[in-house]
Amino acid sequence: MTSEAVDSADAAGPAPAADPGFLQRYGTTIEYILIPGAALVGALIVFGIFVALFGKNPLDLYFYMYQGAFGTWFSWQNTLTRAAPLILTALCTALPAQLGMVIIGGEGALLIGALAATSMALAMPGAPPLAVQIAMAGAGMAAGGLWIVLSGALRQYRGVNETISSLLLVYIGLAILNHLVEGAMRDPASLNKPSTREIGAANMIGTIPGTDVHWGLVFGLIAAVASYILIYHTVFGFAARVAGGNIRAAKIVGLGVGKLILTICFLAGAAAGLAGMVEVAAVQGRTNANLAAGYGFTGILVAFLARQNPLAIIPVAILLGGISASGGLLQRRLGLPDASVMVLQGIIFVFVLASDALYGRIGFLKGKS
Amino acid sequence: MADASSIGLWTVPLAVLGGAIRVSTPFLFVSLGECITERSGRINLGLEGTLVMGAMSAYGISYLSGSPWLGVLAAGITGALFGALHAGICSLPRVNDIAVGIALMLFGTGLAFYLGKPLIEPTAPRLPAIDFGWWSDIPQVRAALRINVLFLIGVAIAPLLYWAFKSTRWGLLVRTAGESADAARAMGHSVLLIRLRATMVGGFLAGIGGSFLSLFYPGSWNEGLSSGQGITAVALVIFARWDPMLCLWASLAFGGAAALGPALQSVGVTSGYHLFNAAPYILTLAIMIITCSPKRTLTGAPAELSITK
Repeated sequence: MTSEAVDSADAAGPAPAADPGFLQRYGTTIEYILIPGAALVGALIVFGIFVALFGKNPLDLYFYMYQGAFGTWFSWQNTLTRAAPLILTALCTALPAQLGMVIIGGEGALLIGALAATSMALAMPGAPPLAVQIAMAGAGMAAGGLWIVLSGALRQYRGVNETISSLLLVYIGLAILNHLVEGAMRDPASLNKPSTREIGAANMIGTIPGTDVHWGLVFGLIAAVASYILIYHTVFGFAARVAGGNIRAAKIVGLGVGKLILTICFLAGAAAGLAGMVEVAAVQGRTNANLAAGYGFTGILVAFLARQNPLAIIPVAILLGGISASGGLLQRRLGLPDASVMVLQGIIFVFVLASDALYGRIGFLKGKS
Repeated sequence: MADASSIGLWTVPLAVLGGAIRVSTPFLFVSLGECITERSGRINLGLEGTLVMGAMSAYGISYLSGSPWLGVLAAGITGALFGALHAGICSLPRVNDIAVGIALMLFGTGLAFYLGKPLIEPTAPRLPAIDFGWWSDIPQVRAALRINVLFLIGVAIAPLLYWAFKSTRWGLLVRTAGESADAARAMGHSVLLIRLRATMVGGFLAGIGGSFLSLFYPGSWNEGLSSGQGITAVALVIFARWDPMLCLWASLAFGGAAALGPALQSVGVTSGYHLFNAAPYILTLAIMIITCSPKRTLTGAPAELSITK
């Protein structure tokens, strides 16, 4: 495999001092950084070859990707703006993963959350902006949370596979959004692009002072850190990880698995719903089909690349946000189709999953020699 | 009866019938393909991506070669390659087949959009239809009964597959790998190889299902061509209890449900258009809720399958 070749090349480079104690202590952590990193490099190389087949210079590709993602302050802000919803939708996959569940319906929870947040804002004309914003966040989180709880409850009480049900709910959520946006909630003034009425400039959550990055990034950071503390530093999180590791053991020690599943699913959906609220209150200003921009699906990739660790989600989301931010520049400068970001994401995903086979197999990280 | 314009509301059931035949074909091919893969003990969620790749490659090859049937073949081969990719990654240790499926769904869709960009404009030769409605002079009846050969092939594959699972050596091997990998290994067969072949055949069929989308109905290539038919078909296999004949009936029912939205729109019922379009997904979910149970594994479920364990 290419990833293996890349990996051994990487491993040979910055070899830490051959101190077995150091490796015993940090070997696993190094592995968690090295292997996904190598998978990422491998994927970039394969994508470079792919682009070279179409007569583009791969070095140009890497240069413009860097430029478009992290090259200037402008592109950094673009990257961070895109990372904000990715952190939140990645949590929608990463939190249930602690219980061993594969939820891939973050996109649906995002759409329903956006719809609920918009409805809330439109129902409160004249209220003080802060109250509207808090109500919007609450509505978005509640709606998104309940949307994913649906998948969790179906798994717990009916044995329905949560992966498939959550994905089906994406399409159902999109249909509900389109139905309302083109029907009951449509702003008659939106002719070409059916949309709801605007929530009003006063109710927008605005940007972090001194930047063009909206406050959604801060929401995402808080949510990721809070999730990390919840999973790794509370009894609840410990119980969740026990249940995820061995459901029978969890039942024997008397954990309420049903309650764990529903709570975790609610938090997961609430994160994605908050992403929907942020997209409405910081970017779009209204609800329409633009919201189905695929943040929910990229979030799945972020979660897997971060190995479902809420803290690792932050840098990975920034990285993937950077890749999608560079899409525009690749289109303009290299004439690549807009789908090239999707292709790269797909390649990264495949490499990351294939690299799972490498854990525990890299000799020098075992701390034996 | 001969007055074509007076059939009024009969348009709806007729369109649903025609839709059941037309729209069901991709469902049929993907679900039969997935049926083979799942019977061997693996689930391939990536068939959504395979379907879109199949649609794109069929359209491209048909456009370049002038022969839609070459396009169908190309779609099948593309699908088989994607199947091989899925099976290849899944045969590595500790790799989760559901996650690989999600990855290939993203990758297949992205690759199809990337390569298919120049194909949105040109018109490729389409697959011919056989006119089974010649006896009627009502245009709607004739439209409903213009049936594509691929549909007939799909209908023929279902009983063939049923028989193959039941009474051929190949079918028994696939089922053994799906029920107990250890038993297959004890008999001296490579489980990975059996699953590789089953996933490749599954991908081949799903690719052909995609070629139907771009070469017959709706019959053009664009990025909104498939909206989750691949994933619905995967769920449909669960509903059909891994039985190829039940896959056939379920596909027809799903095709009818999917045709309801456009049919109602054609008689002027436009409200709820999007909700009717979501009918197959709602139907799938409802059926899964009714038929699944946390107490027992589903009857007919291959024991090695990760989603029912």
